[in-house]
Order: sequence, then structure tokens, then C-alpha cells
Amino acid sequence: MTETTNLDKPESQVAAIWRQFREHKGAVFGLAVLGFLVVFVLIGPLLWQAETLKVSEALKVKNQGPSLRFPLGTDQLGRDMLDRMMSAGQVSLAVGFIAMMIAIFFGTFIGILAGYFKRLDGPLMRLTDMFLALPLIPLLLVMVMLFRDRIAKVVGPEMGAFILIVFAIGLTSWMHAARIVRGEVLALKEREYVLAARSIGAPPRRIILRHILPNVISPVMVAATLGIAEAIITESVLSFLGLGFPPDFPTWGRLLFDGLQYMQLYPERVIWPGLAISLTVLSVNYIGDGLRDALDPKARGR
Amino acid sequence: MKLKTALLGAACAFAIAPAAFAERGADGHVNVLYWQAPSTLNPYLSSGTKDVESASLILEGLAGFNEKGEVVARLADSVPTVENGGVSADLTQITWKLKPGLLWSDGTPVTSADAKFTYEYCTHPEGGCAQAARYEGIASIDTPDAETVVITFSAPKPNPYTAFVGGTSPILQAAQFANCLGAAASTCTEQNFGPIGTGPFMVTEFKTNDTVSLAANPNYRDPAKPAFATMTVKGGGDAEAAARAVMETGEFDYAWNTQINPELQAAMAGGGKGTFLNGFGTLVERIEMNMTDPSADLPEGERATTMHPHPILTDIRVRTALSKAIDRQVLVDVGYGSAGRPTCNLVPAPEMFASDNTGCLTQDIEGAKALLDEAGWVPGADGIREKDGVKLHVLYQTSTNPVRQDFQALIKGWWEEIGVSTELKNIDASVYFGGDAGSPDTFQKFYADVEMYANNFDGTDPEPYLAQYLCDKIPGPANQWQGENINRFCDPAYDVLVKEMSATAEMGKRSELAKKMNDMLTKDSMVVVPLVDRGRLSAASTSLGGTLLNTWDTEMWNVQDWFRVK
Amino acid sequence: MLTYTLRRLLLAIPTLLLISLVIFLLVDLAPGSPASEIPLTVPPEVRQKILESLGVNQPIFVRYFLWLKQFFYVEPLNGIDALFGSHLAEGMQRIISYQTRSPVFPLIGERLPQTLTVIGTAYVVGVLIALPIGIYSAYRQYSLFDQFGTMFAMIGFSVPTFFTGTVFIIVFGVWLGWFPTKYDTTLSVTDWDSFVKQIRQMAMPVMVLGLANAAAISRYMRSSMLENMKQDYVRTARAKGMSERTVVLKHVLRNSMIPVVTIIALGIPSIFGGAIITENLFGVNGIGAALIGAIRGNDLPMVQTLAFIFAILIVTFNLIADVLYGLLDPRIRYD
Repeated sequence: MTETTNLDKPESQVAAIWRQFREHKGAVFGLAVLGFLVVFVLIGPLLWQAETLKVSEALKVKNQGPSLRFPLGTDQLGRDMLDRMMSAGQVSLAVGFIAMMIAIFFGTFIGILAGYFKRLDGPLMRLTDMFLALPLIPLLLVMVMLFRDRIAKVVGPEMGAFILIVFAIGLTSWMHAARIVRGEVLALKEREYVLAARSIGAPPRRIILRHILPNVISPVMVAATLGIAEAIITESVLSFLGLGFPPDFPTWGRLLFDGLQYMQLYPERVIWPGLAISLTVLSVNYIGDGLRDALDPKARGR
Repeated sequence: MKLKTALLGAACAFAIAPAAFAERGADGHVNVLYWQAPSTLNPYLSSGTKDVESASLILEGLAGFNEKGEVVARLADSVPTVENGGVSADLTQITWKLKPGLLWSDGTPVTSADAKFTYEYCTHPEGGCAQAARYEGIASIDTPDAETVVITFSAPKPNPYTAFVGGTSPILQAAQFANCLGAAASTCTEQNFGPIGTGPFMVTEFKTNDTVSLAANPNYRDPAKPAFATMTVKGGGDAEAAARAVMETGEFDYAWNTQINPELQAAMAGGGKGTFLNGFGTLVERIEMNMTDPSADLPEGERATTMHPHPILTDIRVRTALSKAIDRQVLVDVGYGSAGRPTCNLVPAPEMFASDNTGCLTQDIEGAKALLDEAGWVPGADGIREKDGVKLHVLYQTSTNPVRQDFQALIKGWWEEIGVSTELKNIDASVYFGGDAGSPDTFQKFYADVEMYANNFDGTDPEPYLAQYLCDKIPGPANQWQGENINRFCDPAYDVLVKEMSATAEMGKRSELAKKMNDMLTKDSMVVVPLVDRGRLSAASTSLGGTLLNTWDTEMWNVQDWFRVK
Repeated sequence: MLTYTLRRLLLAIPTLLLISLVIFLLVDLAPGSPASEIPLTVPPEVRQKILESLGVNQPIFVRYFLWLKQFFYVEPLNGIDALFGSHLAEGMQRIISYQTRSPVFPLIGERLPQTLTVIGTAYVVGVLIALPIGIYSAYRQYSLFDQFGTMFAMIGFSVPTFFTGTVFIIVFGVWLGWFPTKYDTTLSVTDWDSFVKQIRQMAMPVMVLGLANAAAISRYMRSSMLENMKQDYVRTARAKGMSERTVVLKHVLRNSMIPVVTIIALGIPSIFGGAIITENLFGVNGIGAALIGAIRGNDLPMVQTLAFIFAILIVTFNLIADVLYGLLDPRIRYD
């Protein structure tokens, strides 16, 4: 019931959330790690410039372990792994977050509509069933065939590939979130406080935004955390199939996949990208935990 | 019943006299891994290597090729030639004689009628036979008696060893397939999955795209062979996992096509559990130059067609410079190791057809730069060459495959060293090689400046292969992009040579013509830039004896001679 | 509830028909062709002939209606024939795969056993691991157990199966030699020895998939439990002096099951769908491997049939999940 007073002072609400968030050790740790990763991929390339080697020179230093000259070693063609990890990270983090947000947005939106409005439930859930049933690879192939050249013409091949991949992943992974949110909403809308809100004549938009949405945050957070990992991995599968970025465009998923065949000989080749993906997912998970506690009005009161 | 007795016999022989070496079935069981599993055992319904090779354990032709590419008799008594009178002097007729007393695995006799039936089966207009090319140019097949097959060609055929020769055109049992002609072919699942043959093994169970279980053929013509009583051909996984299962865990005795990176090859070979077998055939990884303009600004239907010549690559100096910048030995070391060797030829083998062209083997960056200077392409401010305000930029596409992506990265590096900006693109193999006229990404459409893939020819005769570069085989909208002349090369002088070769029977002259055509496509015009002569690489356990890799026929060609090393 | 279920079942028919049409159009529109399986050495004329004999060149709606007839009429008749030895379907063309040129349904039948054993076991193992971990992690939030559980789940989820599979093969197959790296589909369990053999060859694919499944489900379980632990009714129950056991396992758990049920129900059709990468890696060669093989080779009848069976299962299990919601939370009403 403190909610109404909080509404008048939105700044203090943000501050309260932040205060609560800071108390969550895991969340602060997650934020620090994620911050480090973002700095690593964005600022890193400014500080560390890989030597530009001719092909013949690069081949002389192929498959090296970590050293001062190559802090993370080199790959089978003598390319600097640190440099590749940094540029790969830019793509992977961007793809992971944006695709996840698209998926979560669509999933939550459709889930809430379906759960709350009985008339929409049938059609929207059948749409969800259909997307779940569609075989993913032909779907992606068709999307790439129809849109790649058109988008590339407008924004260039690399940006075009980025937009296409982000949307392809987002539009093919919202269904789980939608089903989960709908399930929760079905239960929530029969709760007393929702009934109370409805009985005083609150419009559906207000009920959804004020009462239902905050209460489905927790499964959505889980879906979001898992979604990032899934998006990063799916991107590597797409690139692997030749549907993603051009082949000289590294991403973490791709580095992991490429390193696989060298795993027995040079294990660090899979450790770096594997570690980066795991750290991203882990940090987002802790941040999600912290955010959930911070957003929960009851927990905040404690 | 027969199978059971055979198995029992084998088991007894094994129990009583394990030292009896030259006895059928004495060596027990052998495990073979085809990581791309066979989907049918009828090679006339699928031309995939995996299907043809698995079927060759069961089905045989009149003759086959040995590891040197020579024709050797299998079901035939001997190989007919002009010298022994088996091939008519005007090259329009070949007469095969079956070995006497041949039996199918079900105990019935093999006759010339089976061969004639096989011809009818494959040339049926509704059958969609995958090996129809092997029976092309045949006017009729006659069977004067049960052991003689006379093939008459409609025109002189300098290479008469196509029908019934090699794993791609074996003889089917007429009695078994009698009801499977034409459109009925796909209703004959039982027959297609369990053909009765004359080969060393027969099928006991077939799980499509998964496992073939086989047992020694009790009626195989050599009573002492095969040494193994049973065999399993298993599918699934990838080349690396296959190599591991032979070389590291020892679960399998033989693995087909274990193409893995050279360093891993060396590490696995060091383990001592198995050895890699390699052999070279005619498969050449090459870059093809697009002679037409693939620009996306052209309207669909004119793009990459002969209406618009390529603005940059029609200059031979640019093509030569691109070739000179490549160090082929490095490509081999990075991608293939012992399973590849650098080449400048489109036809690298057989020896009599291979040109002595080795000019491209040494990399020449400076020479490449000089050529581009001469052609008027001068370095701009960013190091990229330009001419009349146009940047020297190429789009380089290939199918998705780790080795090809490494090649792309290396070649891009070299080309950028000589000032050519390079954009890379990779396409899923099922789309790239799919030939779907609706897709912009097929290798036939060639909506790129240069592209890389590998191709070879069936058997030992390069004539049809070289005939692919005829002017009228250029793919385009008119033929639904189905032509084989991928780089749109067109030279009337070349067409004349192709015609001449098809009318030439004398081997010396044929070899001269083939070499000349090979040189016209490669070193003289640089429209085809060969990179690597790719061999086959398979893995065999050290406990498996008798393996001999053959690139001219199926890898299972001598499976009857395999044995267990004790 | 019953009327709701019946209405949903009736609605499922047009839904499924629509889905089948969309799948068909999608697979047909995809820029591949069965010709990609044919080696380049085969000349274009022969290639055209092969495609013609497959029926690829017929108009799309002819092929779609033929498929509908085959799926809903010819194949059930064949099923009856196989069961009762009758001859109802004689002479009718069944759904024929482009790749193998043989009927699709026996192929699926051949592959179902290994998929159900391996993937099904992995799923059960995953759920059995995930539920206790999720419940206890939530009950003792931020304890050492919870932290380890979180780490385990995150690693399990962020590392793709192509990676864990290869690591397991190298460690357990190559270095330790405990388990075979290739699954033998011809093995039939008849005695103790063959049973042990079966367990050994299942071990690695089950571990790989179980880990991935457990990771996701345990996260949902934990978060849902946490959400409910804070509710007023929990405080009330505790205040009434109920034992912790009753509070957690009866009240909280039951109310926390809704998202978990969704995830588990969504996962069950995927057991049938198999695990593409894992099946391929270990040579399990089940439905997943068949699907990816068919997609690669543009084997339209096979992809279409598998995807459609998959759609039927998804629609069914989502219906089951909806019914379960109502049982778990009586406040949820559909009528």
C-alpha cells in the first residue's frame, strides 16, 4: 500500500531499488563481472592493438600458448586470440542481449495478453504452438533467403547480418517465455489484489502494468538469463550453418566451435570463449536475482 | 537357414582351428564406421559415396578399378580389349564373358540376363536412375548365351568401361528386382535395403541412415574368403569422432573419410592404435573466376549472365595476379596435411592425362603486384588498388566447412597484401550445392566474383569432365541455371578440342588433347585456379590387415582380402 | 474443465491443419533442394531425371494434398494392415522419403526406440536432479549449497552440448575408456550382460543431456519457490505451527509448480524430437538425427511428417499443461 505514495516520487523509487540492489552481494559481483566484460570488449581494443602480420609471418607464430606478445595465445592461422576474443565479444554480447530482449518482450507481451484476456488466449496460444512446432533451420533459411540481400542493401552486409540474426533468434525463442508468463498470469489474475483492483474499476492496462507485470518478473528474469546463453550459442550455430556473419567475423560461439577440434592439443582455445560465455550468463543471473529482490516491494520493506 | 549354417560353420571353424588362416569367416567380426551413414543399399537410387560404397560390399560389376586405376575383372572372366578381340576394332561393341559357375548369395546362378536386366532397370524413363550416365551411348545389350554380354554403342566409344564397371554400376539380380522397374522402384523397400549380390558379404539387417549388419556370403566365388564372418557398418557423428573411434578408442577397425586437421592427424597417428591411409584421385579444390558480372545492381535475369562481362576479372592479368599471390603449400599444411598436395592442374590424374604444369606452385607476391600495376590498378590511399575510381574488390564465396573457412582467411590475407580488398561469404552446403533455381546462393548462380569448391570425375576418363567447359553449358536463366560451365568460360577453340576428343580413340592422342584442354583452362587463361589435389584419408586399426585404399573405385573394393592381424 | 478440454481438442484439428500447411510451405520455400545430396559428377540431365522421379517438380498444392491424404488415410490403413494382416492399403502410395526412397513411417518406427530410451532417460534424470536442487536452493537461499547449485546450473546451461559431449568423449571414452563413444542400435537387451552394455552405452549421452535439462529446470524451480516463500500464506502456515516440511513441500511446492509444469510439459515433445547434436555425436541415430539429416538433404516428406508429429505432441502436451494448471491452482478457471 506504500505503492501509491511511491508513485508520486519516482526518483526515490529508483533510489530505493538501487539501495536494495547494492545489498545483494551476488548482484554487485555480477554487475562488476559484466561491467568488466563490457569494458574488455569495448575499451580493450583501444588499449590492445594486435600486430598486423603478413600471412607468412603469422603462420610462423601459429598455435602458440599465452605469452607477453600474445596474452591469450594464437590460433591455427597465427591470429592473436586476445584480439579475436575482444572483437568476438562485441558481437556476442550485443547479439545475446538484444536478441534476448526481443524474445522476452514478445514473450511477455503475448503471454500477458493471452493470460489476461480470455478471448485472445486461444488464438495467441495456438500461434505459440505453431512457432514451437516449426522446424527451426528451414525457418531460418527462409528468413535469410528472403531478407538478407534486402537488408544488406540498406545497411551494409555486416549490419544487415546483425539485424537479421538478432531478429531471427528473437523471433524463434519467445515461445517458452510466453507460455510461462501466461501460466503465471492465469493464476495471478484470480488473486485477491487483482480482484480488488478490478472491483474499484481500474482499467486492464493499469492492472496489468501495476499489479500483474511486477509479479511475473521472477520467471521472466530466469527466462532472460537463460535466453542470453541460448542466443549466444544459437548465433554460433547460425554462423556455422553459413546463415550468420561472414566467416572472418569472429564471435564467442564460433570461436568455441572452431576451437573444439583443437581441444585435445590446445585446450586454451576452447577455455577462453567458454569462460567468457559462462561468465556472461553467470553475471546476468546474479544481476537478475538482485533485481528481482530489489523490485519486489515486500522484500524491499524488510 | 543358409545364413545360420554359414554362421555356425564359421563359429565351429573358429573354435576348432583358430590358426586356420585362409578359411572363410575364421576372423570373426569387423567393425566399419561410415560417419555419413548409407541411406539405401541400391546404388541406382542414390549416388552418394556412402551408399555406393556400402552397396559394393554386396553388389559387384563385371569389372572394377584397382588402386592404380587399371580395369580389373570381377564377375567377368577377363577384361575385354581391342587386342584380345573383346572390343571391336571400330570401338562400337564390347563383349564380356562371365566367370563360369557364379552364384548369387541365394544360391541361384548369375547369368547374362541379370546384366541386361540391370541395364533396363537403370535406363527406364520413369526410374530416375542415379547412375544413368554410366549407361549413356548404349544402343543395345545382347545376351547370345547365359555367360556372354554384348554391349553395342550407338557411336564409337573410346572408353567402353562404363556400364557394369566399378562400384557405381553393379549388376542386380533380375529375379529380385523384376517388379521394381520405373516408378515402382521406390515401392521395393525390401529389395533396395537388402539386395542379393555376388560380393563377399550379404545383408542380414539394414537400418537406414544408421547400421548395416552383414554376414559372409556362403556362395562367394573364392571359398577361402572373406576372412571375416560378420561385419557391421555403423553411421553417425563426424569425421573427427570417426577418426577417434579407430585411432584412440579402438572401438572400430576401419573409418571412412576421416578428414581432420593435420595436427590432430599427427597426434592421433602417434597413438599407435591405427594408421591413416591416403590415396590421391582426381578431386581438386579450386577457385573459379566469374567471367560475368555478378553485381547486385543488375536486374535479376541479367545478373551473372553472359550479357555482362565481369568488369575486373575479364583481364587475365588480374586473374593471374590473384593466382600468383597464393601459396598452395601453406594451404595444404594448414588444411589437409598428408591428405593433400598442391596442384596447378584441373586434371591431376591419371598420370597419362596430367599436364606437367607446375608454374603456380611458387608464390610470387611481387610478381602479382607488378601484374596489377601493369594492368593499371594502382594502390590508393588505404592500400587498396583502384583504377578509374573503382576499387579492386572481390567477393569470395564458398560452402561452410572449417577447412574452407581457413583457406578463405589465408587467401584473403594474401590478396590484401597485393592490394585487393576481399569480402568473404560462406553458405550452407545444402543450399550452395542444392541447385535450387529460386535461391541466390547456389554455386551455379555464382553471385560472387570468385568461388571455391572441389570437383572430380567418375572413373579414369576425363572427357566428360573437360566437356563441362563448353560454351553451351553456361548456366543461366534459360536453362534454370543447370549448366556445368560454372565460370562461364567460352572459347571456340576449346569447343573444337572437346569435339575432337570425343572422336579420338587413340590413347596417346587423347592424353595430348586432355592436357591441352587442362592447360587452356588453367595456366593459359587462369579462369580455373586449382589449389589442392585432395586425396582420400581413411583410418584403419593396426589389427586390421589387407586394407588398400583405392581412389578409382569404392574403398571397400578389396574387402574380401581383409583379415585380422594376430 | 471437461467441456474446456473437449473444446480445445476440437479446436486442435483446424490448428493442426494450419500448422501442417505452414510447415509444408516453409520447407518447400527453403532455398535447398534434394539435389544437394547428388555428387557433382552426376550430369545435370540425370539430376533433372532424378528430381522428376521424386515428384519434386509437381505443383506445391498437389504435393500438399497428396501428403494430407497419405498421412490421414493411407498411413492409418497401413497401420491397420500391419496390425490385423488385412490388405486395405494395397497399391496405395505411402509417404516416401526422398533420401532413402522408402516409406517414412517404418523409418520413424525404427528410430523411436533409441530416442525414447536415451532422450527419455536423460529427461527423467534431468527432472529428478533438478527438482530437489531447485527446492533446496530456494529453501536455503544463498547458502553454500545454493551457490554451488547456481554455478552448476549456469555452467550446464551456458556450455552447449556439442562442447560437453566432446569433453565427455575425450575424458570418459579416450582417457578413461569407461564408456563406448558410439551407440550400438542393434543391441537388444536379453540378459544381465547386454543390460550392462546398454547402460554403459547410454551413460554419456544421458549425462550430457541430463545436465543441460537439469540446469534449466532447476532454475525455474528455484525462482518459483523463492517467489512463493515470501507469500503471506507461508507466514500464516508457519504461524499456525505447521512443520517446515509440510509448509515447504505441501504449500509452497504446489503453488510453485506452475512455471515448472510449463517447462516440463514443453520439454516432453522435445523428447520425441530427440536431441539433434547429442544423437549425432554419439551415433544414437534417433529421430533428432533423422530430422537434421532430412533437413540437410531437403527430404521434404520426411521433414514434413516429423515436424507434423512434433506439432501434434506440442499441442497435446500444452493442453495437458493447461489442465494441470487448473488442478494445481483451483482458482484458475477456463470456463
